Amino acid sequence: MANSFSKIRSTFFGGVLVVSFLVVITVGTLIAVVCRIEGFSGLTWNEWTAIRFTFFQSFVSAAISVLLAIPVSRAFFRQDFIGRNILITLLGAPFILPVIVAILGLILVFGSKGILSQLMGFSAFSIYGVHGVILAHVFFNLPLATRLLLQGWNSISSEQFRLGQSLSFSPLNFFMHLELPMLCRVVPGVFLIIFLICTTSFAVALTLGGGPKATTVELAIYQAFRFDFNLSRVAILSIIQLLMCGLIAVLSIWIAFPAHYEGGLDRVRPIATTGKILDFIFIACAAIFLILPLAMILIRGSGSLFLLPQSVMFSALRSILVSLVATGLATVMTLYLASLIVYYSKAFEIFGYLPIAASPLVLGTGLYIIFYNFIDPGKIALPSAIVINAIMCIPFSLRIITPAFKDLENSFGRLADSLNLIGWSRFRWLIWPRLKGPIGFSAGLSAALSMGDLGVIVLFSNPNHSTLPMEIYRLMTAYRMDDAFGAALLLLVLSISLFWIFDKGGRKNAIT
Amino acid sequence: MKILLSIFFALVTVSVACAKPTLTVYAPDYFTSEWGPGPKIKQEFEKICDCDLLYISGDLMPRLMIEGKRTKADVVIGLNTDVTFKARKLGIFEAHKQDTSSLSIPIKWNDKVFLPFDWSHTAFIYDNTKLKNPPQSFDELLNSKDDIKIIIQDPRTSISGLALVLWVKSIYGSKSEEAFTKLASKVLTVTKGWSESYGMFTQGEADMVLSYTTSPAYHIIAENDKSKSAAIFSEGHYFFTELAAMTNSSKEPELAKEFMSFILSETFQKMIPTGNWSFPSNLERDKLPDEFINLPMPQKVLFYTEEDAQKYRDIVIQEWLTAFQK
Repeated sequence: MANSFSKIRSTFFGGVLVVSFLVVITVGTLIAVVCRIEGFSGLTWNEWTAIRFTFFQSFVSAAISVLLAIPVSRAFFRQDFIGRNILITLLGAPFILPVIVAILGLILVFGSKGILSQLMGFSAFSIYGVHGVILAHVFFNLPLATRLLLQGWNSISSEQFRLGQSLSFSPLNFFMHLELPMLCRVVPGVFLIIFLICTTSFAVALTLGGGPKATTVELAIYQAFRFDFNLSRVAILSIIQLLMCGLIAVLSIWIAFPAHYEGGLDRVRPIATTGKILDFIFIACAAIFLILPLAMILIRGSGSLFLLPQSVMFSALRSILVSLVATGLATVMTLYLASLIVYYSKAFEIFGYLPIAASPLVLGTGLYIIFYNFIDPGKIALPSAIVINAIMCIPFSLRIITPAFKDLENSFGRLADSLNLIGWSRFRWLIWPRLKGPIGFSAGLSAALSMGDLGVIVLFSNPNHSTLPMEIYRLMTAYRMDDAFGAALLLLVLSISLFWIFDKGGRKNAIT
Repeated sequence: MKILLSIFFALVTVSVACAKPTLTVYAPDYFTSEWGPGPKIKQEFEKICDCDLLYISGDLMPRLMIEGKRTKADVVIGLNTDVTFKARKLGIFEAHKQDTSSLSIPIKWNDKVFLPFDWSHTAFIYDNTKLKNPPQSFDELLNSKDDIKIIIQDPRTSISGLALVLWVKSIYGSKSEEAFTKLASKVLTVTKGWSESYGMFTQGEADMVLSYTTSPAYHIIAENDKSKSAAIFSEGHYFFTELAAMTNSSKEPELAKEFMSFILSETFQKMIPTGNWSFPSNLERDKLPDEFINLPMPQKVLFYTEEDAQKYRDIVIQEWLTAFQK
């Protein structure tokens, strides 16, 4: 776009700033680690197995999550019923649970003594194995995929459906002309992000995989870091992980079809009349699968929720603070990056995915190596948690905001240009009102994610500045399982509330 | 944005200025948490030292390896013998100069650098209301026809998991790989750390969990629950001790030394049983809480010196991996 430079000069510099920040934090920390290496050696057989397994389980988990999310999100799009919005919010919860809590919740349902085997009475079924890993990853990611695809369905304007109806489209016609192009555009990106999330999982993979057969690259990195303290292995493995993710990222961005929809007048979409029963079956199955483990945590934790020690409450406040600041930071950075992608080149999207491809451990170690000489790491525990959480949220926010941003520029960009609507006023009068929904959703997701994350705090922990997820681990290591479940429930409630507030705030008076 | 930045910098610049000397102690996260022994130890030590004790918590070994001789620690607490080989090679530690001839631990202790402050053994914990006939030996467990399911920790990521594989090695020697193969068929799953395992066990997911001989004491004392017991094996149990050491780069060497002797004092030692749920390293048996005195204990203690532990760990982890990947 020739005239785009004058349109958003400030966003260009902001965007470049964000990109360089992301590169410094992800690649820079890796370089900091590489600088401490004493020697290189080839990959061992165990590491090859880990690479193969990581690729396999991520691919299958992402594929299944996306395939299941298509009918579920379509059902949510087509049907309206009481409690629909609450259900959509609740379905987001598995994604934001701290790993240890999610594992216990899943086991209370699917484990060898879980309610499923008690109800069905087949004790021969075992969750542990590759299928367990995939089950868990689908549990985490199906909701995210559903929400992202739902956004895709919503991007098809109701006028197009009405046009289809007036042309007597059959359901197949609707699918081929309206829905399939949308899926072709959205699915590769959703697949990519879930693939990336699955590659960096390791506690879930190990526990539900039943042992070392389910070793992922991230576990190998953790082992090399914590047990062998072999930084060259840490570096090699994280470079491999980056390459693997990079390959998939390039592939999926390249495959994604540039479908374009004409903007509509934001009329209410027509409610589908055909296939109602099938739609509700999909919604019910997804709801049961996703909500049962949460319900088990609710039952298990509600007894001690109100007896939690004061310090847990303080750590909850601290978590909320971390989460809010991180959310603000993530949203601003995402908007800059997204405008870079929309106005300049979609190649910038790659930078947005760097944070999930980078191992959190390498990130933390790199930062530690860079900073410990200058400042006591305990003192920057919270700020570094904020920054890293914010960065970790960018890939998700980007996935949510960019497609909507593109649509809006396609539909209204030329009009805005002709009105010379540039800079802040373009944001205030065009972008903000029409992007409120996606921004609210992405902010909600960021807030919830930052509540639950603790990956980075390992090296930067400060005994007096603990966050809620840290307290859960501490309660567990002190044998206090009941309190731990109570704290987990508190975390769950807080995360969902934050998510709900932002998401709802975004939809209130929103145009889309 | 401005507000965000100011919050950020406000958080960064929170610093404490005080006149008293500060003793910096690196400790694991569980140790310094409200529910660990750390806070009380700090309180008691500050009563006698006229100083401030500052804990820095987190992963000890990676931190020490990164910092090397530039470490800011005066004292490091919470290492164990399976990792001290590497720690010692860093050359950052100073002799503790404490008398270790009459420690209340089941092995002789001659180490001049690392000082034990607590101990226990690795053991499998079971629910005695559900498992009526627990195995009496490791052999019996491996060869039992019963469908016993165990949860263990991964030796590649967890210190207790590493202790398990060394335990097996110390019993079975050259036949350890065969033992791992048998063990693999009993293992329900392997977790990253102790918390996940123990959490799953208390949810009733498995019959036994890899933990410590002192674990039942928590349930008895804190929960008045006598249903958790440690299965005592006739071959003996692997000795597990946690250690402290002072650094040679310390700017407060006198304070550090004072803290090392405080570790062996009765005040400190009495806080260990119910603070850390393990045996103190320097306390007469009759001064222990009754629940600890009455815990079933193994007759025999197995132990690898740090050199042996270092020599075997890679081999035995590989054996474990091979057996568990079959």
